[in-house]
Amino acid sequence: MSARPTLAVWKFASCDGCQLTLLDAEDELLLLAQRVQIAHFTEMSRSSVEGPYDLSLVEGSVSTPSDAERIKEVRAASRALVTIGACATAGGIQGLRNFASAGDYASLVYAHPEYISSLDRSTPISDHVAVDYELHGCPVDRRQLLEVICALLDGRRPAVPDHSVCQECKQNGTVCLLVAEGTPCLGPVTRAGCGALCPAHHRGCFGCFGPTAAANTASLAHTLREAGLAPVDASRLFRTFNAGAPAFRAESLAQEHHDRTGPSRDPVRPR
Amino acid sequence: MGDNESVQVDDEVVIGRRGLDELMASLAALGYEVTGPVVRDGAIVHGPLAGTGDLPVGCHDQQGPGSYRLEEGQDEALFGWAVGPASWKASFFPPRETVWSAAPQDGSGTPSIAQADDEPGTLALFGARPCEVAALDILDRVLAGGEVPDPSYVRRRTGTFIVVAECGTPASTCFCTSMGTGPAATAGFDLALCELPPGGDGTHEYVVRIGSARGAAALEVVPHRRAGAADLDARRQVLSGAETRMSRRLEVDGLRELLAENIDHPRWEETAERCLSCGNCTLVCPTCFCSDVRDVSDLSGTVERHRHWSSCFDRAHSYIHGGPVRSTTASCYRQWLTHKLSTWWDQFDTSGCVGCGRCISWCPVGIDLTEEAAAIRETSATREGRDA
Repeated sequence: MSARPTLAVWKFASCDGCQLTLLDAEDELLLLAQRVQIAHFTEMSRSSVEGPYDLSLVEGSVSTPSDAERIKEVRAASRALVTIGACATAGGIQGLRNFASAGDYASLVYAHPEYISSLDRSTPISDHVAVDYELHGCPVDRRQLLEVICALLDGRRPAVPDHSVCQECKQNGTVCLLVAEGTPCLGPVTRAGCGALCPAHHRGCFGCFGPTAAANTASLAHTLREAGLAPVDASRLFRTFNAGAPAFRAESLAQEHHDRTGPSRDPVRPR
Repeated sequence: MGDNESVQVDDEVVIGRRGLDELMASLAALGYEVTGPVVRDGAIVHGPLAGTGDLPVGCHDQQGPGSYRLEEGQDEALFGWAVGPASWKASFFPPRETVWSAAPQDGSGTPSIAQADDEPGTLALFGARPCEVAALDILDRVLAGGEVPDPSYVRRRTGTFIVVAECGTPASTCFCTSMGTGPAATAGFDLALCELPPGGDGTHEYVVRIGSARGAAALEVVPHRRAGAADLDARRQVLSGAETRMSRRLEVDGLRELLAENIDHPRWEETAERCLSCGNCTLVCPTCFCSDVRDVSDLSGTVERHRHWSSCFDRAHSYIHGGPVRSTTASCYRQWLTHKLSTWWDQFDTSGCVGCGRCISWCPVGIDLTEEAAAIRETSATREGRDA
């Protein structure tokens, strides 16, 4: 038993969906439990083995002062630390607070805001500690999650692409919604990994896996606006689960600015 | 229809829509998987064909840079459209495939290795356009013509039966006349159809040219009549009309050298401002052949080697120790365009472009390679020197 590497799963500010993705791996869980000792995973079991751990999967963003301390303890107890999901890698949907003053929201929502102890900004784990690998998605993809775990166990590089969702659509034979219908879609600037799920069901990509390394958000936004999308809607398109990812954050701010100042501030030269 | 005498290579006959149905049945009876254009999700893609009712009956497309719209149910025409996003390369060079897999064997320490040994059926491409046949000829050179032919491609491609539908209705994005690949079929087919304008009852007849002995054999059982002078003249008019309507042009004269001499042209950076690096142009291109090979393992100890389409716009595609060779969008776009139109000649003794226009229509931001090539020609750094 002791020869098996130990796996720990940690939760920070999050919805638990990425942890559930691991539990959803029903066909592989028993095999996983043979390869690793699941030492700490409170979503699955209250029993917990003391650290240190060979592999820690971290879900969630840092959004409270206690989070900011606890992540350091997790890092110190982990040989390899992998962050999973949009919260852990980009600050998550709760990162919307980063565009506003979180204190204003607290007084609107809570009867006693003085009981709330949260940071002004929701931030990715990598803002606080060294991270060995980031797996993107909201939630992460089950196959990619298992691939990362297998790759780390086998000592190889995970086969996780960082190209666009378009490549998955084309490999699937899905007809492009942007070109054939004019449906707003973030696929061209969004990292693949979901299998191009939404376009296959006739919905534009929501950008759940965050920006690609080469994302040209300004050009896509320009094209969407030329097709009739209002700047305020273009801004919102980039401001969802990965609103804190630098490329999406910058574009949502640029479109918001454009909404206030008009077309003369267009970041892309008109054709 | 009349005189069902036997036919030979180079014969020209006329059949009706029922004849096309019987031709499909004839091909199926000969053991081919008949596949061709079908409508799905507002576009013409490829799928199995059981009869002419499965074809895009009465469909006409409107294409432009970054735009594609299909109007359905307009008339009785079966081939009144230009190519859609699907290309035949997917049939012979699948988007994803498992090359081999290895599993641990009980008892011995030796894993058992299984090559992919699927036996693909032999396809009959029904209604492929002349530019698509030209694209297959290029893919054959690339994937089957070198010192090390791709076994998977060769296995799928061997014996393909090709029924060409010559083009009477080019899209605004088409420029096959510039590339010499259409709108008429010149080679590489077993049968070549040309849809004639509708008769008084709205139905169409088809001039069929026989390109091979097996084409003749497949057609022999189909009711037909000899093509007369009026039929052949009608075909010529369909094709010359298509040529006249093809407004887009790529100036190919000296293009190979022009691009090679302009690798530092400022246009690459300008285009990169618009380019999304999404890779759509390469994925819809009927000749782009880049792939990525990955070895993956699972928890049971099974190891698989996967091959899937890749793109020169994928930064990982040029990744070597230390980083990607092409890290900027400008360098990726330049690689794509110069390979397609210039260095493809060095490598394969042909252009990589057949003028189908897919990369123009299916680029989400409408980047047009004919416009890019023209812009570089217009402001070429070497132009003054050459003209002088």
